Amino acid sequence: MQQGLFSCMAQAELIPHLFRTEFRKITAVLCKVFGIEHLEVAEDIASETFLSAMETWTYKGIPENPTAWLYLVAKNKAKNYFQRNHLFAAKIASQVKYTASGSEEPDIDLSDKNITDSQLQMIFAICHPGISKEAQIGLALRILCGFGITEIANAFLTNKEIINKRLFRAKEKLREEKVQMEFPGKTEIKKRLDTVLTTLYLLFNEGYYSESQDVVLREDFCLEAMRLTYLLLENPSTNTPEVNALFALMCFHASRFEARRNENGEIILYQDQDESRWNETLIAKGAWFLHEASGGEKLSRYHLEATIAYWNTQKQDTPEKWESILQLYNRLLQICYSPVAALNRTYALAKANGKEVAIAEAEKLQLTDNHYYFVLLGELYTDIDNTRAVTHLQKALLLAKTEADKRTIQKKMARLEAV
Amino acid sequence: MEEFMLIFRHEDGTKVASPEQIQVWMKQTMDWIGGIAAQNKFVEGNGLPFADSRVVHHNNVVTNGPFGEIKETIGGYIIVKAESVEEAVEFAKGSPVLQGDGNTVEVRKVDRH
Repeated sequence: MQQGLFSCMAQAELIPHLFRTEFRKITAVLCKVFGIEHLEVAEDIASETFLSAMETWTYKGIPENPTAWLYLVAKNKAKNYFQRNHLFAAKIASQVKYTASGSEEPDIDLSDKNITDSQLQMIFAICHPGISKEAQIGLALRILCGFGITEIANAFLTNKEIINKRLFRAKEKLREEKVQMEFPGKTEIKKRLDTVLTTLYLLFNEGYYSESQDVVLREDFCLEAMRLTYLLLENPSTNTPEVNALFALMCFHASRFEARRNENGEIILYQDQDESRWNETLIAKGAWFLHEASGGEKLSRYHLEATIAYWNTQKQDTPEKWESILQLYNRLLQICYSPVAALNRTYALAKANGKEVAIAEAEKLQLTDNHYYFVLLGELYTDIDNTRAVTHLQKALLLAKTEADKRTIQKKMARLEAV
Repeated sequence: MEEFMLIFRHEDGTKVASPEQIQVWMKQTMDWIGGIAAQNKFVEGNGLPFADSRVVHHNNVVTNGPFGEIKETIGGYIIVKAESVEEAVEFAKGSPVLQGDGNTVEVRKVDRH
């Protein structure tokens, strides 16, 4: 009785866990056999495999090697599908590259090596320049990371229907663009890797900066983005300085997971964080990969952002720190403008060259639809012209969207009014 | 939005600055360019060092460097986005090159067609 209860509990946690780790592997391998134009078939077979596991394991208990069980069932389901659907088989047979000679059935290879290769190829297929960034991220979350539609919808603060539609359109696009599951050639890899890195970077940011309340899920997004980036690092032809720089950036950011939320799950701003809660191991890892990234000739945005992130792990204010951050932002903005970088650069300018200089530069930015712009102006005018500081914070309050942002601004205003 | 090239002209290219002076000047230049880039108005730019420079004359006569015969030398350029030549001129006014007496920044519209 007791044992039954235990296995029941274990199963309740085991299947979601296995779903997260194995769904994407089975899907990637099947896609490689069928071609990515049949992504839905691969997904369906992978889903059915988990449905079978749920049914069978409930009655018969968890098998000794659950992963091997899943692979075997997935293989059989794929073979059955192949036999049942002659039309599909006829269409595929001519294209299937991995058909064992003499047999009409595809050989489904679920070895570690083929799983890794298939997942790498899947990354390149999904991060195809012909597909919109939004769709790439949706597909990556679903196909490469194995997140549920509800989870994805939660993260994007939208509903399941919208996500389903988005994924449907993205899969159509994969077919239209005749995207292949293959590793790009040596000459093409550089260009394609750019798109892949942008998507992984956005995937990480989706988790790191999402306004969704589900903190655990958001961190999972970040960890998945890191796992996929690491997959690129493990392959010699994609282990480039840029990929190392991106991974370093992710490590530095991830080191603050613990410190950036309080017990209610609310975000704690950088300057208010308790640095003893920063993860030293991840900081050290970031430094190691940043060092690895220094080999190339090209200084990418990831190099610059990772180095800025490195300086941000040094909490102590020194002139050297802020001068370095300022110069890094100066360079970053030249190769990759973003309003956030422009605002952060101006903050660093205030720290390095003084508030008066920074105010003059801030006034030129005119990012008047961005509440952070007015938060920055409020910050810069504090102690110089407090009345003006309050006026700017009032504007910020009107533009702020989330409750957490509003609370932060109100706290700043209260502090100013108490002076 | 138009593009304008800001060309830095140094009155005397033979002057040698101290390393400390160069460092100060580099920071001022980077901060100036960073300020333009923060407004999303920076396109590209390059320094044109005086080393390895030649002038090719009529009849393919080659001389060393642009110095000597002409007093002015070009030290570099940047290209900015601006609504008007007046806005480009405002950017140019911030250039640290102008701290040198006799130096100029020439503002020229880039013809992209």
